[in-house]
Amino acid sequence: MGLSGSGKSTLIRHVNRLIEPTAGEIVVEGNSVLALSLDELRKYRRTKVAMVFQKFGLLPHRSVIDNVAYGPEVRGVGHEERLEKAAKWIATVGLSGYENSRTRQLSGGQQQRVGLARALAMDTDIILMDEAFSALDPLIRSGMQDQLIELQQTLNKTILFITHDFDEALKIGNRIAVLKDGAVQQVGKPEEIVLKPANAHIEEFVREVNKARAIHVRSIMERGDVELCEYSVPMNARCEDVLPLFAEHEWVGVLDDDGRQIGRVTAKQVIRALARHSPT
Amino acid sequence: MFPQLIDTKPLRRAIDDGLNWVVRNWGDGFEAAAYPLLMLLKAIEDLLISTPWWLIVAILTGIARLASRSWKLPVIVLFSLLFLGVMELWKDAMTTMALMLAATITAIVVSIPVGVSMSRSARVRQLITPVLDLMQTLPSFVYLIPTVMIFGPGKIPALIATIVYAAPPLVRLTDLGLRSVDPAVMEASRAFGTNPTQRLFGVQIPLALPTISAGINQTTMMALSMVVIASMIGAGGLGYQVLQGIGRLEVSRGLFAGLGIVALAIVFDRITQSFGKQLQGRIGWRRPDK
Repeated sequence: MGLSGSGKSTLIRHVNRLIEPTAGEIVVEGNSVLALSLDELRKYRRTKVAMVFQKFGLLPHRSVIDNVAYGPEVRGVGHEERLEKAAKWIATVGLSGYENSRTRQLSGGQQQRVGLARALAMDTDIILMDEAFSALDPLIRSGMQDQLIELQQTLNKTILFITHDFDEALKIGNRIAVLKDGAVQQVGKPEEIVLKPANAHIEEFVREVNKARAIHVRSIMERGDVELCEYSVPMNARCEDVLPLFAEHEWVGVLDDDGRQIGRVTAKQVIRALARHSPT
Repeated sequence: MFPQLIDTKPLRRAIDDGLNWVVRNWGDGFEAAAYPLLMLLKAIEDLLISTPWWLIVAILTGIARLASRSWKLPVIVLFSLLFLGVMELWKDAMTTMALMLAATITAIVVSIPVGVSMSRSARVRQLITPVLDLMQTLPSFVYLIPTVMIFGPGKIPALIATIVYAAPPLVRLTDLGLRSVDPAVMEASRAFGTNPTQRLFGVQIPLALPTISAGINQTTMMALSMVVIASMIGAGGLGYQVLQGIGRLEVSRGLFAGLGIVALAIVFDRITQSFGKQLQGRIGWRRPDK
């Protein structure tokens, strides 16, 4: 995450060497990407990293399905097989029925779904997403974020997601690195960054952010054997999920993945966490 | 008067003697090298002349229908061609059309690879651009004289002069079209591990096709505008009729043949433009200024 000019798009292009770094090294799965020859680099791009672009970068002379099948085509997969694979991913991103449309007939959100399907059809473990949702309308963007989170639960890929929107980073990130002027300012889980911003620059973002969404209840709860609560939420719930419950309940229990209660939160704890870094 | 600094006479004589030497010693070689061109032109001309007129009219009208998907263009094409027939210009028109087609085909074969290499290397572009400028601005008579001396008057020098004059716009527009492909699309293609050949044929050329087809349109038009000059050195066809009209002070002959050239120009201009528009529509391409 970083503002424009912070070097995030340059950074992500180093990972697949669309831009050659002038210094440093890039290691993917233990191999140095910089040591690859041109041929090896092409093979690496075909098999290890896929990419989704802010401006979509779709091929306007091809249909949706041929766009999605582009990666396998470059890799040399046969016609039937790659169309079958492409159709599967088009269905996954919810674009069934648009297989033979031209990309320019689609809306921005649909086009980026094609971009996403195209990257997924590469069957790579790593996906690079460069401001993938930044060009979309807020509502569409939110829908795409939800879809990405949902997809990720079944796919479990390594996704490097670049954004200038701190809220977006908090919503979809497991770990966030904040960039400024080409240097990393802080790396950590979303709540670590919200609760303990490393410097004034990050604090500025944090001040604007909806903290109720960023902070998980598990990071502020009272752990241990406490009496069973009337109402409980799962461990990965956020403050905004529990706030409405305090209208009826004094305590809200927190459950682990097996449904056992591992702690509880009170309205006071939540309010304290939210107030901690608010503008004074 | 500008003072005479050097005597240019020996230089001129050296050039003239040099050319004469080339003609004497290498003339046959050049002629043999240009033989395939002559064969191409002859084949097209024989085909056009031996094909019945109604078939040619039908084919061109059909192409116009395919290119425009409307009825307006086929009607224009039909009437332009009928005009040629009615005015007793059919055979000359076929000869001219053959010259134009042979020049355009050769120009496409030569220009597109040159345009591709220009688009890929700034150095090649620096080298080729002045040559193209020269080809377009040098009066055609200047290079007609040596070509006629080498090949003798006839179809070959006419064809070569037409190609020299008509090829530059296609080279330029191929280069321009390839370079102005959306960089975002090119980057995406690169990110997918394509090699330069896959990018050229899979992305660049398809996306540059509207521009390239504009270049082909320009080439056909410029080839047609050369027919009068080409007929001076033996190309025959409509240009020769114009020339005869001038020579005999027969205004009508020159006028009809001249209108015949216009009719041919309309046919090929509109057909190639319609194909260009179709290509643009296919990739959702819009002119940058709109």
